[in-house]
Amino acid sequence: MLSLAAVSAGYGSFQALFDVSLEVAQGEAVGIIGPNGAGKTTLMRVISGLIPMREGAMTLEGRSVGGLPAHRMVEAGIAHVPENRRLFPRLSVEENLRIGAFIPQARAHFAERLDWVFSLFPRLEERRGQLAGTLSGGEQQMCAIARALMSKPKVLLMDEPSAGLAPLVVQQVFDLVHKIRAEGLTVLIVEQNVQQVLEVVDRAYLLEVGAIKLAGSSAELKDNSFIRQSYMGL
Amino acid sequence: MSTTRLAWAAGLAILIVLPFITPTYFLHLLIQILIWAFIYTAWSLMGRFGFVSFGHGAFMGIGAYVPALLWSYWNVTPWLGIPLGVVLSGLLAIIIGYPCFRRRVIGHYFALVTLALSQVVLLSLIAAREITGGSLGFTQRAVGYSWYALQFPEKSYFYAIAVLLWLFGLAVWRRIDRGIGREALEAISEDEEAAASVGIDVLREKMRVTVISAALTALGGAVYGQYVMYLNPETVSGIAVSLQIVFAAIAGGVYSLFGPSVGALLTLSLTEGLRVWFGANFVGAANTIYGILLVLCIIFMPQGIVGTLQRPKGSSARRDIAWNWRKG
Repeated sequence: MLSLAAVSAGYGSFQALFDVSLEVAQGEAVGIIGPNGAGKTTLMRVISGLIPMREGAMTLEGRSVGGLPAHRMVEAGIAHVPENRRLFPRLSVEENLRIGAFIPQARAHFAERLDWVFSLFPRLEERRGQLAGTLSGGEQQMCAIARALMSKPKVLLMDEPSAGLAPLVVQQVFDLVHKIRAEGLTVLIVEQNVQQVLEVVDRAYLLEVGAIKLAGSSAELKDNSFIRQSYMGL
Repeated sequence: MSTTRLAWAAGLAILIVLPFITPTYFLHLLIQILIWAFIYTAWSLMGRFGFVSFGHGAFMGIGAYVPALLWSYWNVTPWLGIPLGVVLSGLLAIIIGYPCFRRRVIGHYFALVTLALSQVVLLSLIAAREITGGSLGFTQRAVGYSWYALQFPEKSYFYAIAVLLWLFGLAVWRRIDRGIGREALEAISEDEEAAASVGIDVLREKMRVTVISAALTALGGAVYGQYVMYLNPETVSGIAVSLQIVFAAIAGGVYSLFGPSVGALLTLSLTEGLRVWFGANFVGAANTIYGILLVLCIIFMPQGIVGTLQRPKGSSARRDIAWNWRKG
């Protein structure tokens, strides 16, 4: 579905990613784990076109999408739930969702998309008129995911969905991920919360200092002594 | 709905009757108010989305000087000169806007860039003394009544032009307000990256509204220049003019259709009233009072006058939150 080959990227003279290659198959959920500053968010931003990649190739369903600007990536079928949610705080929940369906092919089906998203997240329907900035942390995350889903993506990128949330709410957010997977979406998820994320993904990559250090199925990684020691504190 | 229609009809009727019953002096004032209202409305197209430009004096100056110089030196009719000035302003907006938006120069930094633009155009006009007359100003070659030269000694002609211009400005404002472009721009003004991540072409949307705003401002400058016939760099371009535009538009209210127009009506009548009242006594008093009133206005009515008056109508309550959010 989504494939990256030897992708490099950075900011100015600083290189943040070195030869990153990864694959996400149709319907699969893949995690990217790693410490702070490893380049996880940069990787997400490269995939969604928010920053250009310097070298390498990227394909979506076999079509090359490397180097497309962000708005074209959304049209190609990649939706990004950014780190820290980045809702439009002064707009209502419904307006946020409407803007989520900004691209023409989504706008044409706005009503059905909205129904679908509300059926996934009934809570948002109750809050549809409320300003997004006044939602609780968990609801904001829900709204951010819903906003991304409005564009009818093929691949959903989630950047640290559990960041800054209370432990109980973190659990709810991972339940949402389960729900989305059940809908057949392909998901690529970045997390620092290694233990939790390995419960919802099929496979994961370990990113350290801008390069992939390790890859494997969730079960393998959960048993990997290095991961257990460094990232789970076991 | 029908009450809105009625209000529009009544307003238009008043505008049509006014030139027949007002003395020339008030007609002159009214023409100025309408032209400035158009320019303030043009500024608010950007301003309401938080793209604060202190560079609109530059666009106005180009719009005013290009047709005036072409006519006076080379006999080129303003019918060609005005579109040329408008296009040049649009180009300048692209030259300034593109790198800014591309490099994510936003907020205060964007304001500073445009502030510099104002001053560059002002100084260029002053420096090109041989052609523009420098700070002494420039008087257009007058030929009396002429459609070809767009010169009319009778004020009523310009009154009609100013009314049409103003209505055109309102129509553009409304069109943008009702289009999907508004949603995109609102999203951009809240969070550019998030807007890009949902599929909005941030660069294109910003360029579009900037070019429209600059071009309309130039058009306003051109009509102003045709009307007063005498151009001075200080009165049609530069920071002073840019600030006048920003203050009046914000005081009137940039979130409502009539906000900038009310801003023009109040600020220009106030300046004029104070000037007449004080006359030659207490030099500076008029400006001081004007400044104090403006500051009070902006502090106590951050939504602008029209925005504050409309407050009970649901949708603007959230704009209060909007302001608190922006301040916090």
